[in-house]
Amino acid sequence: MDIHEYQAKEILSEFGVPIPRGGLAYSPEQAVYRAHEIGGEKWVVKAQIHSGARGKAGGIKVCGTEDEIWKAAEELLGKRLITIQTGSQGKVCHRLYIEAATDIKREIYLGFVLDRAMERVAVVASAEGGMEIEEIAVEKPETIIRVAVEPAVGMQPFQAREIAFALGLDKSLINQAVTTLLGCYRAFRDLDATMVEINPLVVTGDGHLLALDAKMGFDDNALFRRPHISELRDKSQEDPREMRAADRGLSYVGLEGNIGCIINGAGLAMATMDMIQHAGGEPANFLDIGGGASPERVEKAFNLVLSDNKVEAMLVNIFAGINRCDWVAEGVVQAVKKIDLKIPLVVRLSGTNVEEGRKILKDSKLPIIMAETLAEAAEKAVSAWKKATGKK
Amino acid sequence: MAILLDKNSTVIVQGFTGQIGTFHAQEMIEYGTNVVGGVTPGKGGTKHLDRPVFNTVKEAVHATGATASIIFIPAPFAADGIMEAADAGIKYCVAITDGIPSHDMIRVKRYMRRYKVEVKMVLTGPNCAGTISPGKAMMGIMPGHIYMPGPVGVIGRSGTLGYEAASQMKALKIGISTSVGIGGDPINGSSFKDHLERFEKDPETKVIVMIGEIGGPQEAEAAHFAKDNMKKPVIGYIAGLTAPKGRRMGHAGAIISAFGESAAEKVEILQECGVTVIPDPASFGTVVQKILAKVS
Repeated sequence: MDIHEYQAKEILSEFGVPIPRGGLAYSPEQAVYRAHEIGGEKWVVKAQIHSGARGKAGGIKVCGTEDEIWKAAEELLGKRLITIQTGSQGKVCHRLYIEAATDIKREIYLGFVLDRAMERVAVVASAEGGMEIEEIAVEKPETIIRVAVEPAVGMQPFQAREIAFALGLDKSLINQAVTTLLGCYRAFRDLDATMVEINPLVVTGDGHLLALDAKMGFDDNALFRRPHISELRDKSQEDPREMRAADRGLSYVGLEGNIGCIINGAGLAMATMDMIQHAGGEPANFLDIGGGASPERVEKAFNLVLSDNKVEAMLVNIFAGINRCDWVAEGVVQAVKKIDLKIPLVVRLSGTNVEEGRKILKDSKLPIIMAETLAEAAEKAVSAWKKATGKK
Repeated sequence: MAILLDKNSTVIVQGFTGQIGTFHAQEMIEYGTNVVGGVTPGKGGTKHLDRPVFNTVKEAVHATGATASIIFIPAPFAADGIMEAADAGIKYCVAITDGIPSHDMIRVKRYMRRYKVEVKMVLTGPNCAGTISPGKAMMGIMPGHIYMPGPVGVIGRSGTLGYEAASQMKALKIGISTSVGIGGDPINGSSFKDHLERFEKDPETKVIVMIGEIGGPQEAEAAHFAKDNMKKPVIGYIAGLTAPKGRRMGHAGAIISAFGESAAEKVEILQECGVTVIPDPASFGTVVQKILAKVS
C-alpha cells in the first residue's frame, strides 16, 4: 500500500527525520491560509498523488505571493496528472501540501528497501540526489552506497555514520544525518514498510538537513497488525477496477489490450497473457480468480473484466487442482447466461473432472469456444477477437 | 531416489485440525504420504484423521519421530510455526500459507541461521503449492494425479503453472522425479539455486526445469550457478513478458522493481548462462522431450 508525501513526512517526522514546515489543503482558501501559518516569503504547492516525478508533470509549483498560491491550488485541485509512473490514466489530485520553500545547497538520495537477495533491509544512498534512483543507477552507478542491516540487532549508529561520511557530508551535519538514517530505519521496521525513500534529502543554505520529498510503501500482508497505517489508504489514488477486485478477493491488474482474461493462479495467469501475445493479441488484464472458483466468484470475475470497455473477446483458463472443472463450468455457464455475454468467449479447462466440465459447457448450447491446450486457447481467443472486430 | 521427500519421509501437519489442514492432510494420506500426526496448540492428546494431535512440534517429533512438516497455519502466526518446526529438529518444512508479512520472513531466515548447515531445516515456500515426488509422497495441495514418476526435476514459483507444465509432460509420457514449489513471495525459504544443487546430486534426475517469473534475483542467480557448477541440462521458463513494471502481478514477489527483474532481462541472463529457454508456456512438454532425447 502506498501513502501520500505528507503522510510519509508526518510519520518520518515522528521518528526524528527533519522535514520543512508544511500543511495540508483541500481548497485554494486553505492553501493560502496554510501559507500564512507557515510564514516566510516563498512557498511550494505540491499535488498529493501516489506517484513520483510530479515536478515534470506540473504537479509542483513554487509561489511567491498569495495570488500565485490561490491560482496554483485552483489549477491543481481536481486535475489529472500524468507522470512517467502513473500510466496513461494518470492520477487525480484532491489534496495539496503547502510547504515553506527551501534554500537548497545540495541534494542527496536516500532509500530503504527490502533486499531480496540478501533477505534484509538495505539502505541505498547516493550523493547525486534529485534524480530517480533508476537514472542514478544508469548514469552514476559509482555513487551508489548500499548497506544491509543485520535484522537481529537493527541498524547501528556506526553504519549510519559510515553512510553519512561516504556521502561527503560536512562534519557539522553528521549527527543530523545519523538521526535521519536511524529514524527512517526504525519507521521501516516498526511499521512493516517495504519502501522508504527521501529524494531529495537536502542540505540547506543555513546548514541543515531536510527531507524535501518522502515516499513510503507498506506490506499489504502486514496491514492486519498496522491499523493506523491502513487508515491512511486513499482509494481515490487506486484504479477503481483493481480496488473493486481487491474488495472481492480477486487479484486484478488492468492493461492496455483487448482480450479479457480469467485465470486461476498468478503464474498461469502471467503465462496465459504471454501466450496471448505470442499468438498475436494483447491481454486486457491480469486476473487471478484464486483457489475456490465458485459460480459467484466466476460471475464477479466476468463483471469485473467486462467493466473495461476495451475488452472485445474473453479467455477463461482454469487448471483445476483443488477446484473441479465441472464446478467451474457451472459457474461459467451461469455467468454467461446472467450477463448475456455479447463478445466471443474461449474456455479452456484442465485438471480434475475435466470431461464433466467440458460436457456441461457443451450441453449449455451457449456459443462458447472450447480449447484443450493452452496454445489452442490463446490462438482461438486471438482469432475470435480478430473475426469479431475485423482487426488484424 | 528423489529430493527432499520420498516414501520414508514421516510427515506432521501444523494446523492439522483446521478446515484446510484437514482437507489436504486427507489428500496427502490418500496419495500415500506417511502422515504420522499433527500439531494444533490446545488440542494435544486428541485424535484427528486417526492420527495423534500434539500441542507442540517438539512433542510431535518426540512421539512420532517425524522428519518433515507441512504448514497450514494462518498468515499472522505462520512464521512462528516455521521457527517452531526448525527448533524442534524438523529436517524439511513446506509452508503453504499465503500472505506472511515480509518482515516476518526476514526474521525466520535470520533465526534459521543459528543452526549449522548439517542440522539446518530446509524450508520451501511460503505461498507455494508444495512438493511432490510422484508415486512416492506428496506434501502439498496439488492434484497428485497429473504427475507421473520419471527423470525430470521441476522447481517452480507458481502452483498452477507447475500443474500446466506437469500435465504437458505427462501428455508426452514424461515423468517427474520431484517437483518443488518455492513459492511466490519476495523472501522465501529456499531458492532455485538451492534445489538445482540437490537435483544435480540426485541419480534419478536427468534434466531440470526451472519455472520462474518476473521479480527478484533468484532466477539469474540460479542460471549463473548452473553455468559454473552443473553437468545436467537446465531448462527455464520465465512468466510475465507482458507484465508492466512496478505492478504486483498476484504473487507478492511478482513485481518488477529493479534492473534484471523483468521477464525479457531474465530470459537474456538464462540464455547467456547456457540454460535452454522455453519460448512460450505451451512448449514445456516439447522442449523437455527434445532435451531428454539428447541426454539418453
